[in-house]
Amino acid sequence: MKRQIPLIIVIGLGFVFVAHTFIPAKISVDFYEWWQTWSKAISPFAVVLGVMSLFMVHSTKITRKVSNWQYSAVTLGSLAITSLIGFVWGTQEGTPFMWLFKNIQMPMGATMFSLLAFHIASAAYKAFRARSLEATVLLLAACIVMLGQVPLGSQISKWIPETSQWILNVPNLAAKRAIALGVGLGMTATSLKILLGIERTYLGGGD
Amino acid sequence: MTFEFISNTVAAFLTLCIFSFLYKDNPFYKFAESLFVGVSMGYAIPLVYENAFIPFVYRPIFVEHNFLIIIPSIMGALYIFRFTRNLSWLSRYPIVFGMAIVGMGVPMSMHGSVLVQMRSAMLPLDNLNTILIFIGTVTILMYFFFSKEHRGLYGKITNIGVWFMMIGFGASFGYTVMARISLLIGRIQFLLDDWLGIMR
Repeated sequence: MKRQIPLIIVIGLGFVFVAHTFIPAKISVDFYEWWQTWSKAISPFAVVLGVMSLFMVHSTKITRKVSNWQYSAVTLGSLAITSLIGFVWGTQEGTPFMWLFKNIQMPMGATMFSLLAFHIASAAYKAFRARSLEATVLLLAACIVMLGQVPLGSQISKWIPETSQWILNVPNLAAKRAIALGVGLGMTATSLKILLGIERTYLGGGD
Repeated sequence: MTFEFISNTVAAFLTLCIFSFLYKDNPFYKFAESLFVGVSMGYAIPLVYENAFIPFVYRPIFVEHNFLIIIPSIMGALYIFRFTRNLSWLSRYPIVFGMAIVGMGVPMSMHGSVLVQMRSAMLPLDNLNTILIFIGTVTILMYFFFSKEHRGLYGKITNIGVWFMMIGFGASFGYTVMARISLLIGRIQFLLDDWLGIMR
């Protein structure tokens, strides 16, 4: 029963949702609004799960004094301090909480993502070394698209921005459309598997 | 030494800590990485409290006296049992309540991703570009049909699909590189202009 009742809820509510999509009646709209209100009330508690998970992982590292446990203390300390500052001084503009966001969280996030520029360059070099015709086509398309986005491209030749736009509008569109079709069919199939109770991994392990 | 300069120095120090990873993994990078995880999570908690807990849980129950909201609140609290051995099954209830939306996903994904794309693909083949888009879409779909071996004429057709995909991936790759490079330029501008002031 520990697995069956949740499964019955998914299947029952799931089929009501299928009906809701096709029936634009008031009762259908009311059902969707009720579900949204309840889901919004449930959602904040999911953050507790995330915090508890992070706390358990890092506190275990600290208590067992595993290698580099000091960094776990930094993570937990910064988590506690940031959230405490947010609760005490609020989250509006001009508060210490926003100072932390602007001078710690945002610069580090942008720098982390900018690091990917170097990793991508390294990946491109490795792909080019593969020397297959397909890899060359990929890099050629990437180079034309990159040059088409900057003034240097139009200075080299007026054909570069035009070719870049053509790549985006024609072969890229064909690829994206075919992939979207595949993704759509995959989503439909997976949703059907969940709805019919074939896919049950979301219930987790145990009884 | 102004407050702005101190703030910029903190941001610049952490930026350089992360850039130090380009040399090799080191304690400065590890420190910044751990701090980033902690601050990001700590940043989310008060925001979720203010923007989700207060308007959707606290206010309906304690201000509007809509006591029915106590039921989903209790259901949400069941998430905590995920970490217990004997009662972890209770955490399935908030999960399945949200999971029920897949019922809507069946017709919506069929409509949004399949039918709309198919309708957009069915254009009159009156110029070279629409013919190329049609050939590209069909050959890529044929490539992902694995029930037939990719050999002979069929293999050659699917190979055209691979070429279209490579051009598509190249375009996505180019865009991603440009986005990352613009972030990198932003960080270097911050270091040289906002912090050191040598670009003014």
